[in-house]
Amino acid sequence: MNSPAPPTSKWAGDAMQARLRRRYAAERRFRWFGFGAVALSVGFLLFLLVNMAAAGLSGFSQTRIAVPVDFRGSGLSINLDRMTREQAQSTLAQQGLPDLLTLSATAAFGPEGEHYLGAAAGAVARDAILGDPSMLSRQVIIDLPAASAIDVAAKGAGDAVSEAAVARLDAQGKLSSGFDTLFLSGADATDPTLAGVWGALKGSLLTMLVTMLFAFPIGTFTAVYLEEYAPKNRLTDIIEVSINNLAAVPSIIFGLLALALFINMFGLCGGSPLVGGMTLALMTMPVIVIAARNAIKAVPPSIRDAALAVGASKVQVVFHHVLPLALPGILTGAIIGMARALGETAPLLLIGMRAFVGDAPAGLCDRATVLPMQIFLWSDEVDKGFVENTSAAIIVLLIVLLSMNAIAITLRNKFEQRW
Amino acid sequence: MMLVLGLALVAWLTGRAKAMRLTTDTDTRPHSRPQYHGWYVALWAALPALGFLALWAAISPGLVTGAVLSDPAASALPADAFIRSAILGEARGLASGTIGQGFNPASAALVEPYRAAMARFSSIGIILTLLLTFAGGAFGYTKVSHHFRARTRVERVVMLVLMAASLAAILTTFGIVFSLLFESLRFFGKVPLVEFLFGTTWAPQSGDVRPDTFGAIPLFWGTIVIGAVIAMIVAIPLGLMTAIYLTQYAHERVRRWLKPTIEILAGVPTVVYGYFAALTIGPALRDAAVALGIGGASSDSALSAGIVMGIMIIPLVSSMADDSITAVPRAMRDGSLALGATPSETIRQVLIPAALPGVMGGVLLAVSRAIGETMIVVMAAGQSANMTGNVFASITTVTVQIVKLMTGDQEFESAKTLAAFALGLILFIVTLLLNIVALRIVKRYRESYE
Repeated sequence: MNSPAPPTSKWAGDAMQARLRRRYAAERRFRWFGFGAVALSVGFLLFLLVNMAAAGLSGFSQTRIAVPVDFRGSGLSINLDRMTREQAQSTLAQQGLPDLLTLSATAAFGPEGEHYLGAAAGAVARDAILGDPSMLSRQVIIDLPAASAIDVAAKGAGDAVSEAAVARLDAQGKLSSGFDTLFLSGADATDPTLAGVWGALKGSLLTMLVTMLFAFPIGTFTAVYLEEYAPKNRLTDIIEVSINNLAAVPSIIFGLLALALFINMFGLCGGSPLVGGMTLALMTMPVIVIAARNAIKAVPPSIRDAALAVGASKVQVVFHHVLPLALPGILTGAIIGMARALGETAPLLLIGMRAFVGDAPAGLCDRATVLPMQIFLWSDEVDKGFVENTSAAIIVLLIVLLSMNAIAITLRNKFEQRW
Repeated sequence: MMLVLGLALVAWLTGRAKAMRLTTDTDTRPHSRPQYHGWYVALWAALPALGFLALWAAISPGLVTGAVLSDPAASALPADAFIRSAILGEARGLASGTIGQGFNPASAALVEPYRAAMARFSSIGIILTLLLTFAGGAFGYTKVSHHFRARTRVERVVMLVLMAASLAAILTTFGIVFSLLFESLRFFGKVPLVEFLFGTTWAPQSGDVRPDTFGAIPLFWGTIVIGAVIAMIVAIPLGLMTAIYLTQYAHERVRRWLKPTIEILAGVPTVVYGYFAALTIGPALRDAAVALGIGGASSDSALSAGIVMGIMIIPLVSSMADDSITAVPRAMRDGSLALGATPSETIRQVLIPAALPGVMGGVLLAVSRAIGETMIVVMAAGQSANMTGNVFASITTVTVQIVKLMTGDQEFESAKTLAAFALGLILFIVTLLLNIVALRIVKRYRESYE
């Protein structure tokens, strides 16, 4: 108590002012660091999306070359009145339509012309003929899809030879480009101009169907049991701990489990949507359980009490009152879990979905591929034409994911109740 | 199966109809409402029959094979067990139409006996199933009466179903632990555990098993360099500063938009990140390294995979840090500000130290996520097991090697495949420990402020 009074600070002194300035500068700096971190994160996201969009949009278009084809004297003839479309298609192929196209290209563009036409040219010409059979008796100019090398060069990334060819064709006004319908309707192929995402997209849809069928009921039931009925005992504790742990297990571990269990022990069909879906269901289930528990917890106890008071049984309380009220929340969680499963690749690599599949899968036990796996497979291809295919497939995947998340958010905003 | 379910629907309708008659016929009300009686009858019709179907599916192939083997045509089969089962399998495929053309001529003779046996046993199965359906349904139907407590019975079944569903989580966990342990033990029978954990050469060969080629240290090194060092150097500062800016500085409206935007980073599929790292970041870093004169640069580099992985993890770190900063009591912050500290001084000297346990928990979770991440490193980090400190060089990780070992063309029993399970076991244990520690830290921290 006898200590001397502390020296009074000189608030207006130079030293104090300098300190204050330093502190304010540090404050501003810190604030800018924070802003910089946010800007960097958002900037990276934008860079990623713009990069993919720029590289991928050209994957949806296709370079076409106008080729004059003279059908007179070619010997091609079909009769649509007597033939089915399939018969007509095979007749044309047998009568030498592909050879005729090659000959026409050579005649029009010189000896290297036969390398200009893509693998899909035959199919396009065939469809054109089927649309207008009268062209078989005259000379017509058909826009045929270009070969992969030409296609890549026309989009500005080809080698010197193809660049020169493109420059020449362009000068003659032969080049045009249009929407590549084959990319959305085809399956994987060895030629990039033929390859499409439909096979992978259908594989993804089938896989998600299986995942949904397994993960949604089991996840919801588990959540209902844990929230509403489970007695406080050892077993319940073990269930809770294992669910929390499963949610954090690396996805590749689920692949190992599925390989050992589903394929080697149960002998299920490997590389199929069935096994893939079941694997992803194991992964998605904990996510759904956690979301569903939160949704069930959010239903106020007064509703349960009211139902019990008018004589409902415990099962009736849950199935008539709690579950319908919690359903939007559960669905939101389920959709978000499914979106995560849809983008997952690693566990599927292990159960044999890493294979070339040239057809869209017809059933749950067919060999199939899924969208992210298709992206992975294409990214490994050497052919330059697959680069834009990869980016375009990524755009398709991101669009699917975005729409799933949009559905989840709308659902939540529309049905969310505050009690 | 469809037939059984259809009949169960019929059972539901008849049971309910009978119960409805009960309600209208008499004055006193029955114990349960009609649809519960319906459910009761339907369950009796469907459950025993479905159970029998499952059982039948498991035992009938054995019965079919037995019947075929007792056929005179089977006496010509060779005695060797392996060839014998190959021929039998082929004949089965031919008979059911899954294989178009036989490879072994001996199988052709067995197709007819197979087809006959299959037809016989499948019709026996169908008849027995239908009998069970009708018997169960009839039994349930006779029970429907005035005082019968159908609802209680049905609810007991519902509870059983709920409990069985929640056991699925335990089964999955045990399935993971046992399948990993079982295959790993077989691997450690071929390669000693010490050799595996502390060996420094990773070069698994197909063919003979040489224990000294299964040293996993280079893989652990690569995993730590990429997942725990480079990715964290990117993710921790960015994630923490993002959380600080969003919670302390950003306007409420801005925050409402920015937070979900940053969460998108976590929602982008990892294969997209991997493609991006391999195609854009990797070559750019290699060119930069070459320009700087750093040797050993590769377009598959630890740095490109680590950076991209760090970016992927930013939202995880930032949301955990966000939660723990918001959980710091407001009085602490206000007190510091009232003493004249600037906001940044308050954040650095009061909020962050107070929130540190929560932030640390988030970082541990992020590390566990990073070392288990597969696609980014598969596509961008390379396959060569180097023990190098050069972050521009190609480096490999545990997950990359699991994928590499599993997607080759070897048999399931080979040492290489088993090695993947051993690596998986290590990965599982490490991530599990990280998660348990992280969750415990976060929980204790939360309790201390409540």
